[in-house]
Amino acid sequence: MAAITGDNHRLRLVVRYAVLTLIAVIFIFPLVFMVMSSLKPDQQLLADTGSLRAFLPVGDIGLDNYREAFARAPVGLFVFNSMLVTAVTVVLSLLICSLAAFSFVFLTWTGRGVILSIILATLIVPFETIAIPLLLIASKLPWIGAEGLTFGWLNSYRVQIVPFIADGLTIFLFVQYFRDLPGELIEAARVEGATWMQIYTRIVMPLSGPVVATAAILKFLVMYNQYLWPLMVVQQESYRPVMVGLQYFFQLNIAWGEVMAYLSLITVPVLAFYLVLQRAFIASIASTGVKG
Amino acid sequence: MATSTRLTRSNAAGWAFVLPGFGLMAIFVILPFVFAIALSFTNQRLISPNPTQFVGLTNYQELLGLGMITLDSERDDAGQILRDDAGAAQFPRLRDYTRNNPEFPQINGMREWLSWGNDDRRTYLLARDVVFMKAIVNTVLFVLVVAPVQAGLALCLALLINQRLRGINIYRAIYFMPVVVSIVVVSLLWRFIYDGNDGLLNTLLNGLTFGAFQGRDWLGSAATALPAIMVMSIWQAVGFHMVIWLSGLQTISPTLYEAADIEGASKWQTFRYVTWPGLRNTAVLILIVITMQAFALFAQIDVMTNGGPLDSTQTIVFQAVDRGYGKQDISGGSAISVILFVIVLSISLIQRYLTRDRT
Amino acid sequence: MIYQRYLGGAAIAACIMGTAAAAQTELTMWYHGAGNDVEIQLVNQIITDFNASQTDWVVTIESFPQIAYNDSVVAAALAGNLPDILDVDGPVMPNWAWAGYMQPLPIDESVIADFLPGTKGYWNGELYSIGLWDAAVALVTRQSTLDALGLRTPTLAEPWSMAEFMAALDAAKASGNYEYAFDPGLAWTGEWYPYAFSPFLQSFGGDLVDRATYQTAEGVLNGEAAMGFGEWWQGLFVNGYSPGVSQDPADRDNGFIEGRYAFSWNGNWAALGALAAFDDTVFLPAPDFGNGPTIGAASWQFGISASSEYPEGAAAFIEFALQDEYLAAFSNGIGLIPATPSAAAMTENYAEGGPMAVFFELSAQQALVRPVTPGYVVAAKVFEKALADIANGADVADTLDAAVDEINSDIAANAGYGHN
Repeated sequence: MAAITGDNHRLRLVVRYAVLTLIAVIFIFPLVFMVMSSLKPDQQLLADTGSLRAFLPVGDIGLDNYREAFARAPVGLFVFNSMLVTAVTVVLSLLICSLAAFSFVFLTWTGRGVILSIILATLIVPFETIAIPLLLIASKLPWIGAEGLTFGWLNSYRVQIVPFIADGLTIFLFVQYFRDLPGELIEAARVEGATWMQIYTRIVMPLSGPVVATAAILKFLVMYNQYLWPLMVVQQESYRPVMVGLQYFFQLNIAWGEVMAYLSLITVPVLAFYLVLQRAFIASIASTGVKG
Repeated sequence: MATSTRLTRSNAAGWAFVLPGFGLMAIFVILPFVFAIALSFTNQRLISPNPTQFVGLTNYQELLGLGMITLDSERDDAGQILRDDAGAAQFPRLRDYTRNNPEFPQINGMREWLSWGNDDRRTYLLARDVVFMKAIVNTVLFVLVVAPVQAGLALCLALLINQRLRGINIYRAIYFMPVVVSIVVVSLLWRFIYDGNDGLLNTLLNGLTFGAFQGRDWLGSAATALPAIMVMSIWQAVGFHMVIWLSGLQTISPTLYEAADIEGASKWQTFRYVTWPGLRNTAVLILIVITMQAFALFAQIDVMTNGGPLDSTQTIVFQAVDRGYGKQDISGGSAISVILFVIVLSISLIQRYLTRDRT
Repeated sequence: MIYQRYLGGAAIAACIMGTAAAAQTELTMWYHGAGNDVEIQLVNQIITDFNASQTDWVVTIESFPQIAYNDSVVAAALAGNLPDILDVDGPVMPNWAWAGYMQPLPIDESVIADFLPGTKGYWNGELYSIGLWDAAVALVTRQSTLDALGLRTPTLAEPWSMAEFMAALDAAKASGNYEYAFDPGLAWTGEWYPYAFSPFLQSFGGDLVDRATYQTAEGVLNGEAAMGFGEWWQGLFVNGYSPGVSQDPADRDNGFIEGRYAFSWNGNWAALGALAAFDDTVFLPAPDFGNGPTIGAASWQFGISASSEYPEGAAAFIEFALQDEYLAAFSNGIGLIPATPSAAAMTENYAEGGPMAVFFELSAQQALVRPVTPGYVVAAKVFEKALADIANGADVADTLDAAVDEINSDIAANAGYGHN
């Protein structure tokens, strides 16, 4: 008896892993293609795309494409710019949007419904629509810096950061999550005389691991992959981010190997960020068990 | 949301917490959008020495103008219907009516969008901007297919991932990976895959069917271009929604599952009575987010098909960018964006009405 | 007196210190070559030489990737942030001049007297931009292909007629040796389409817009001649002579070299590759479809932005860059046609008897610039879409009508684009 159920159990386990692995292949194969192609010289790369060889590190593989990619464009600078802009925006965004969402969900105040509706309505507005008016605004904004009061934010980091700190989607994510938190905890704290700030920092935010991770990842992706806005507001190479840098590789004779190398290089930080985050936050929630 | 009680009421704190976020949005999102709405009522060009004039609804009329005309088939002297080589009835060319014909000024400049009828007479639905009409149809089609399919697939994946197996985290990371890669990069990679000559997809299908399947030009054929983009978009984004479903699943108390187990519920019953109700808020969130993102379809089209072939992959945002930046007609681009805004607002209001709390 | 001598001494000291800003004015310059090592090196060389040759001006350069360049300039113009010296694509220059981005070039006409006509950018009778090179397009093939198919080699004096051209394609198709007989290069979306294919339209007798008034495209883009062009164009794809819109960019780059295409319609910037691949590469003139054989002209040119406070400095730099040695250097580096015959004589490829010398003649005799109008930016996009739609099988008459309507309404919406 034990032997039969043991086999049955093992068989079902194998089936489960088989299904999971099959699906995993579907999700990972273009990335494998990208990384493998980055190791091959152009001729071979293009010849291999028609067959399974595209996924295999066969043939004349090496790191030449990477070397040439670094020669063609200041890849390190671009990655640094993107990381800086993205990191600062994500941190500020989590803070400011969660504060706003906290206010919408747990406090009552005049105008709450209207303001929330307006913010949610902005979810619908695609960025391309507001890009030109935003450009005009950004070119006139004042700033107090090293040289005193200057106007115009172009060619800086702040022009890539500040317009994106507050966005409707992040606020929406926090709102939906906060709505699911047990209201009794908050009420109990209020009865005991806690200030709103204390409730925010001591009760609500510690419980918000999953939504902070989700919002952080989403914001990271949006900021890291920006193309149109940096193109419009940054004319100096020293401030350019990675997606504008990608255009350096699209000359009349496209060096596809270098393109793949560059793409692989710029994907690494995002992957790393995701892997770190998902271990830290999502895994922790499964063990603490918020409800019940 | 908190109901108003003595404990929750606080105007000062409420506004103080919201002000940084809302203030930033007001300057950087709402103000430009109001600006853009205002632009749509003018003839502002992207760059032009001509002064800007207020033109009212002209931009909207040019985008949304429709007309109809009914024509009889051509007949020879005996009254028989003339047919072409393929046997279809011949009709007079629309050009003769829509171009420089003083008898039909209201349809001057319009082009055929749809037509229906029989051999005797056909009715033609004309549009002033046929490409924009097709863009609207394509975008709505895209949303109608992608929203449920992507949400459903993401839920299935989340359920699959939500089991205690060793190494499940690795699988979750892999399923999420496409999300991490820029849509531009994904489009580039998939262009290789969809290539008609020696693309990976053709090779794979050829192999699976042992040579029976010859290979198609996925992006070059009007019938398959939009579905190809749908598949790619779903592939890229489903991991993200899987993670959202997952965090929703993990808020469902384990005791409920235990209770169901004790009562001998089947898997399907457990899902229907324990899991699904606990996912309500998550479901609303996902549906709204997917819908909004699907309406904003642009980057894939820009990289892979440029709206072709034969306008089968035109989308609303692509038209807005093409008109606003490509053809320097920023007022037209803004008008398209306003139309998009109205469409999506209506749909999300309907969605929220349908999914409102019925308590 | 002592005061003056003190000041004088200080001034001399400042000049001796050299790099201090007082004596030298900085000129900013934008170029479209980021990611293209050869061009960047050449431009940097010119700048270094110019900066060293005099002490009034210092030029600094900011490079942009070519695909994004026009958008960057337009955005910068909106924000009031243009540089002094600007790089502009020939047919786009009227649009920028009309919009007030550029000011006329204050250089002596005698300096550019023997420059190829396509390199000079005039708008409203004034010179706004000048190019260091011109670009041309030719029918690329191999002598062995012509021999094997039994075809006459066309010359500038006697190019192929349409019948001969189609017969050549038929022969290539019938031989079975090639995947496609003729590669127009539809994979290169963007400015390539109007640049490379509107000459065919013009050779049929049509045009993008009526060049007498620049106010309408009716009759030129949808008249008899244009319909003929449209039918011929559609025939290329429907009858299997050419790869269509979904052509892979890699195939476009390598197809001719790999022997998959018999004839390729390609620009001389890609010619170096073809020359290197085969030793019998020939560049044939464009066929004559009835109205004379035509190829495109005008490439990137230098100009001065309207907001620049130092047009004389910018002009000094541009004049410096127009010297023959730099024209020759660019030509050797990127394979394009040097702007003067004297510079051509200094190059490897365009000197008398050089492998690409034929392009010089082609450019001189067959080149027709794209319509010189601010409306070109829109007309080009409309034409590109029309070409793609026709290639995909759309109705020729309706597509051309739609293109005409769009161009006309755009001209009207812009109050005639300053032509009247």
